[in-house]
Amino acid sequence: MSIHSLLKTSAALGALVALTASATAQETTTITVGTVNNSDMIRMQGLTSVFEEQHPNIKVNWVTLEENILRQRVTTDIATKGGQFDVMTIGTYEVPIWAKQEWLQPLDNLPETYNTDDLIPAIRNALSVDDKLYALPFYAESVLTLYRKDLFEKAGLEMPEQPTWDFIAEAAEKTADKENGVYGICLRGKPGWGENMAFLGNMAREFGANYFDASWQPQFESEGWKKAVNLYVELMTKYGPPGAASNGFNENLSLFGQGKCAMWIDASVAASFVTNPEQSQVADQVGFGGAPCGTEDCPNDGYNWQWAWSLGLPAGSQKAEAAQEFVAWATSQDYINLVAEREGWASVPPGTRTSLYENKEYTDAAPFAAATLNAIQNAKAEPTDDKPYFGLQFAAIPEFQGIGTAVGQQMAAALSGSVTADQALSQAQAIATREMTRGGYLK
Amino acid sequence: MATQHSQKLARSMMAPSVIALLIWMAVPLAMTLYYSTLGYSLYNPISTPFVGIENYTYFLTDPTFIAALTNTMVLVVGVLVITIGGGILLALLLDQDIYGVNIVRLLVIAPFFVMPTVAALVWKNMMMNPVYGVIGQSMSAIGLAPIDWMTDVPLLSIILIVAWQWLPFATLILLTSLQSLSSDQKEAAEMDGAGALSIFWYITLPHMSRAITVVILIQTIFLLSIFAEILVTTNGGPGAQSTNITYLVYQQAISFGDIGAASAGGIVAVILANIVAIFLIKAIGKNLDA
Amino acid sequence: MARQVSRQRKIGMTILAWFVGFLIFFPILWTFLTSFKTELTAISIPPQFLFFDWTTENYVNIQAQANYFHFMMNSIYLALGSTVLGLIFAIPAAWAMAFSPTKRTKDVLLWMLSTKMLPAVGVYIPIYLLFINLGLLDSRLGLIIVLFLINLPIMVWMLYTYFKEIPVDILEAARMDGATLRQEITQILAPMAVPGIASTVLLNVILAWNEAFWTLNLTTSNAAPLTAFIASFSSPQGNFYATLSAASMLAIAPILIVGWFSQKQLVRGLTFGAVK
Repeated sequence: MSIHSLLKTSAALGALVALTASATAQETTTITVGTVNNSDMIRMQGLTSVFEEQHPNIKVNWVTLEENILRQRVTTDIATKGGQFDVMTIGTYEVPIWAKQEWLQPLDNLPETYNTDDLIPAIRNALSVDDKLYALPFYAESVLTLYRKDLFEKAGLEMPEQPTWDFIAEAAEKTADKENGVYGICLRGKPGWGENMAFLGNMAREFGANYFDASWQPQFESEGWKKAVNLYVELMTKYGPPGAASNGFNENLSLFGQGKCAMWIDASVAASFVTNPEQSQVADQVGFGGAPCGTEDCPNDGYNWQWAWSLGLPAGSQKAEAAQEFVAWATSQDYINLVAEREGWASVPPGTRTSLYENKEYTDAAPFAAATLNAIQNAKAEPTDDKPYFGLQFAAIPEFQGIGTAVGQQMAAALSGSVTADQALSQAQAIATREMTRGGYLK
Repeated sequence: MATQHSQKLARSMMAPSVIALLIWMAVPLAMTLYYSTLGYSLYNPISTPFVGIENYTYFLTDPTFIAALTNTMVLVVGVLVITIGGGILLALLLDQDIYGVNIVRLLVIAPFFVMPTVAALVWKNMMMNPVYGVIGQSMSAIGLAPIDWMTDVPLLSIILIVAWQWLPFATLILLTSLQSLSSDQKEAAEMDGAGALSIFWYITLPHMSRAITVVILIQTIFLLSIFAEILVTTNGGPGAQSTNITYLVYQQAISFGDIGAASAGGIVAVILANIVAIFLIKAIGKNLDA
Repeated sequence: MARQVSRQRKIGMTILAWFVGFLIFFPILWTFLTSFKTELTAISIPPQFLFFDWTTENYVNIQAQANYFHFMMNSIYLALGSTVLGLIFAIPAAWAMAFSPTKRTKDVLLWMLSTKMLPAVGVYIPIYLLFINLGLLDSRLGLIIVLFLINLPIMVWMLYTYFKEIPVDILEAARMDGATLRQEITQILAPMAVPGIASTVLLNVILAWNEAFWTLNLTTSNAAPLTAFIASFSSPQGNFYATLSAASMLAIAPILIVGWFSQKQLVRGLTFGAVK
């Protein structure tokens, strides 16, 4: 227990003692926390009792929902000011948009002990607007190439530090052994802006293409997108698993864990799952490569994916104080230590604090630590001259989730073979142009 | 007069239900109509100007609108055909003299009690997944290439899932109707030398027509607004291959946060549903005559 | 000889019927079996049918993460509350339609059914805003009202078709014998109406239990029923088939058991007057 929380506890205890005279216990505040059902969050839910012991006047009420439903619930609620949640789990997509709408409470009076300077700069920036933090990062991710060392060895391949897409294609061909149920490459195909479009948006960036150009013109018919999507469809059709168009993160995780994939390019958090023997049959055979590049001057060295699941407070919440107390606890160094103590270092939420990667205990327990840190530090999502929006695998404008979802459907159609990649992209262009015109970006 | 008195009483007995439903219908409808004329983005609600019929033209010119309309019809008709066809066959089977008919009946009606979301999740993951699904593995075991249900035949997959849920309902109603058919009639026909098929065609089927009407009417009401099954399985894709009108409205409201267009879509859906209702009532209403 | 044939036929039909019944029931059976597997066994190839190490860990984990009984109690409250409210409104309406029909009765009935055709998503945001203003978000009362309104048309119709079967002559005969209105209702009508009301109650409870749009979108935690419970376990990160199966079984088991035990009552009234 840190000095800070010790002080807090004793202060609370003192208050309690003072109040017992009038026989009325201190009023408890119940905060409602909306979160996604990812395993790190479920672990946090399991550790709530520790927080409640430290803060006897705060009770935490969990609403854990599947990602899509949670997003639908919290977005509706915050946009209509329904006031159902005191803490919301949101990502780097929502934070800049919501902060601009003044839907989120700025978190500018965090205690000294929270040590905001310890947050990894790229992640801290992603959650700040005008240098003010609007949400605190719970765990963060970028993109990695996961591969099977044994299969690579068998095929006489060696993963370079910085692979190219040409190499990935070659490796997929050499490692694929469909008769024996081994697929050369597994990638996301399930439609959705946070599913296949996260991967494809990232892949298009690796070929130097963005979602929109400086004048907000959609770029789906650009060279980079064409190269990316054509290669994606080709690789997946030739060397990918069946049913790829409905495979999201989870399905690929199962496939990889069952030893059915030679390579899998996805969010860096995947690394901690596939190296966990309880989740994966190939835990000791996993290697970690960098993200592939498709062009010579590859933006961000291929790391074109940045995401942080974060905790934010809706503006105007009646229980902001208690809520902030909780958010600061859940994203603190103390919380990381608590998880390490109870579940081991490999299970702590990754990607948020620099100090974690300087901790030898962590780097020893998590073979993917260095690769993850490198990826997260390299993924820079700020707007640039040719990219008017914040974000890499997404564009942080309200219109994007609709566009991304509709375009994702087109990409799934291309993957299923019902249309060609180029047809899907021109459909995507039409959809995006229609929406951007309606949104007033295009005349 | 007594009748006048009872008419009055009848009206006052109906009033609460009628008024409750009037409110339930009128209030949301009025609100939806109102919102359908506003440029209202849920994710950017700074101003909500009056935009006239722009939302309607936007919704109706959506490139997926026609596909969604067709899919809605295919979905309703597909499920109706399967549940009524399958329901008749099952009813005939359960009407036979068999051992343990009560237990078989329990097995057959079970899907009716399953939540739509659970049904869709179970079918998608445990039955139809091409790698881990029971169907895929059975096909692999006998040397066939597993079908990638959600990708290759998304609409058919949804039809099958929904049909599985509604088959018990159709079966039960048709079975009850079948059991009320007097055996005298059948025996008389048998005496006249009619074959099993012609007995079915000329006696059994006409007898069940009223039950079939009821199944069509009730199921259509529910099937027009199928939503959870699509959300859980295909999200309307790939492309728009399994998007129906309800799902299109959902996409407008939630993915795009376009409340104006979603409201316009809601109104369009109500109009379409009422066209279907009028058509249905015209076509089969006389069958329902009490 | 003929007896032999009919016996053979009976056996053949029995095999066919059991096979078809098994096929239809299989997804539920498979979910049940999977709920007792570990996550890795659940996706093992080839699938394990019965001979695996049965474990209840999924159920234990689920209960540790979400208080199942809280969700189940809400489902019960919502299903029963909306049904009781529905009966209070629907019985008089159906009664009036059945015993004093006018030429508009059928139109009113069909109009009621047509109110079910408004797609819920189309009115989601307006209703959400309305609920905020009325302070009904995440309250059982709010959802009971919504579920009651959604199912009212079906209830009225079902009761109407049932009441219509009650012979009016009996009433007149009773009146001739000097029965009071009270006796008419308690001694003659009620016994005849009860089976129809029972099956209406059952169907309504099933529909309310399984309603998955409003119950999910208008609740947060206090009033959240099993549909929200399922949404906490569908597609989390990592392997989830076994956990999902266990959650699914928990969500459907109560209603499945109720449905099985009362299937006779349910079927009797489910005909919507389809059987003359």
